Amino acid sequence: MLLIPCPWCGPRDEPEFSFGGEPVARPVPAERVSDAEWADYLYFRDNDKGPHTEIWCHSGGCGQWFVMERDTLTHAVLSARKPGGAA
Amino acid sequence: MRYSSLSLLRQGLAGHEGWPQAWRSPDLKPSYDAVVIGGGGHGLACAYYLAKVHGIRRVAVLERGWIGGGNTGRNTTIVRSNYFFPESVALFDFALRQYEQLSEELNYNIMLSQRGIMNIGHSDHQMEMMARNVNAMLVNGIDVELLDAQQVRSELPMANFSPDARYPIMGGFTQRRGGVARHDAVAWGYARAADALGVDIVQNCEVRDFRIEGGRVVGLETSLGPVSAGAFGLSASGHNGVLAKKAGFRLPLTSYALQAMVSEPIKPVLDTVAMSWATGMYVSQSDKGELVFGAGLDLYPSYAQRGNLPVTQGVVAGMLEIFPLFRGLRMLRQWAGIVDVPWDYSPILGPSPVGNLHLNTGWGTGGFKATPAGGYFLAHSMATGGHHPISAPFDISRFHTGAFIDEAAGAGISH
Repeated sequence: MLLIPCPWCGPRDEPEFSFGGEPVARPVPAERVSDAEWADYLYFRDNDKGPHTEIWCHSGGCGQWFVMERDTLTHAVLSARKPGGAA
Repeated sequence: MRYSSLSLLRQGLAGHEGWPQAWRSPDLKPSYDAVVIGGGGHGLACAYYLAKVHGIRRVAVLERGWIGGGNTGRNTTIVRSNYFFPESVALFDFALRQYEQLSEELNYNIMLSQRGIMNIGHSDHQMEMMARNVNAMLVNGIDVELLDAQQVRSELPMANFSPDARYPIMGGFTQRRGGVARHDAVAWGYARAADALGVDIVQNCEVRDFRIEGGRVVGLETSLGPVSAGAFGLSASGHNGVLAKKAGFRLPLTSYALQAMVSEPIKPVLDTVAMSWATGMYVSQSDKGELVFGAGLDLYPSYAQRGNLPVTQGVVAGMLEIFPLFRGLRMLRQWAGIVDVPWDYSPILGPSPVGNLHLNTGWGTGGFKATPAGGYFLAHSMATGGHHPISAPFDISRFHTGAFIDEAAGAGISH
């Protein structure tokens, strides 16, 4: 069972959360983005073994999204922070 | 030595001390014609088909641990080909047809038991989906039968047919050619047959890096030293993405932990593979009498080879909801395998973005049933440099063209 430190609510159990993927930046401007760049943005991921940056949602709690560093080999939660400049 | 009743009798009378080694443990040579990364069932099958079908005998299989010790030994041993899209049916029924004659071909009993796989529907909507799927499968030539609740009950009398069931059973469909096979025997049978054709199976050999010259892989750095070859195959299931990054490209995959578990052994009670569409749970009974069961993924990336408790609880609760009579059983073991799941739940096969490197990736949660196909088409790609017609739709280019084979949506449930 992961104990996840929601940046808004504090530590809560794993079933309250949903994994939302790796953070990716949408390529712009759309009219100049090639099919390969678009596919890379949509589907191709680092999928790292070890420390991994992820987006999670406290879907069964406050409903907020946040950024979490987690080790995919040990399942250790390394850090969690609010996204961007959210206060 | 050819395995037979006669050889068993002879060896038995001699106290079983004269059995020869089933395959060698050779040292890694500096150079081969073809090198397969990953000594699971798929990688061993690939080596066997490289030697048998393509006449390429200077082949090595590199396995970081021991052969068949990864997902080959961690799955729930189910074989079937009840897929939605014609491309998938061609691929998975190829595998099932190979399985049907594999014991004879390999002279190794893979203990294929075509006891059928029964999908159970619990609502009008699921029964409509099942009718749609069964129609598609029949058009594709797959042996499936749509069943009403009474027919399901006659085959699964111990399931929860009580009037107050949380998930009432309204019908189902079965593929009678589906069933189970002994997963270790599949790896060992391919290993023994490949070894007999001259393939080197090198265990405890970790691939650490790729040597790339002019956009082509020319060699590998391994824990046992460097090795060069003319063609390389990537067949490392959950670790395919990690290895691909070492070769300089990414794959459209996410690695998840897929749990499975077994109960203590009991007398024969379940003579088919049962799968509930409400809970995603599937269960069969092993020859030893254990109930072998599992359900969905732990839905976040993991390389830990163990799942977490919330999903374990959900799997057990799902099974007990459909089969309340198993409530008193104790659990014997629980584990997880790391599976490489693509976005459309279909494998990614054939040439990779780097020259000389070929893919057998993205089998996700359904790799065991496809073992002969994964090996056969990886061997084809490595030997010819291009696709077999059956593997062509599964090329990585579909992530650029959008020509997905979306079994995640098509089959209606993950596998």
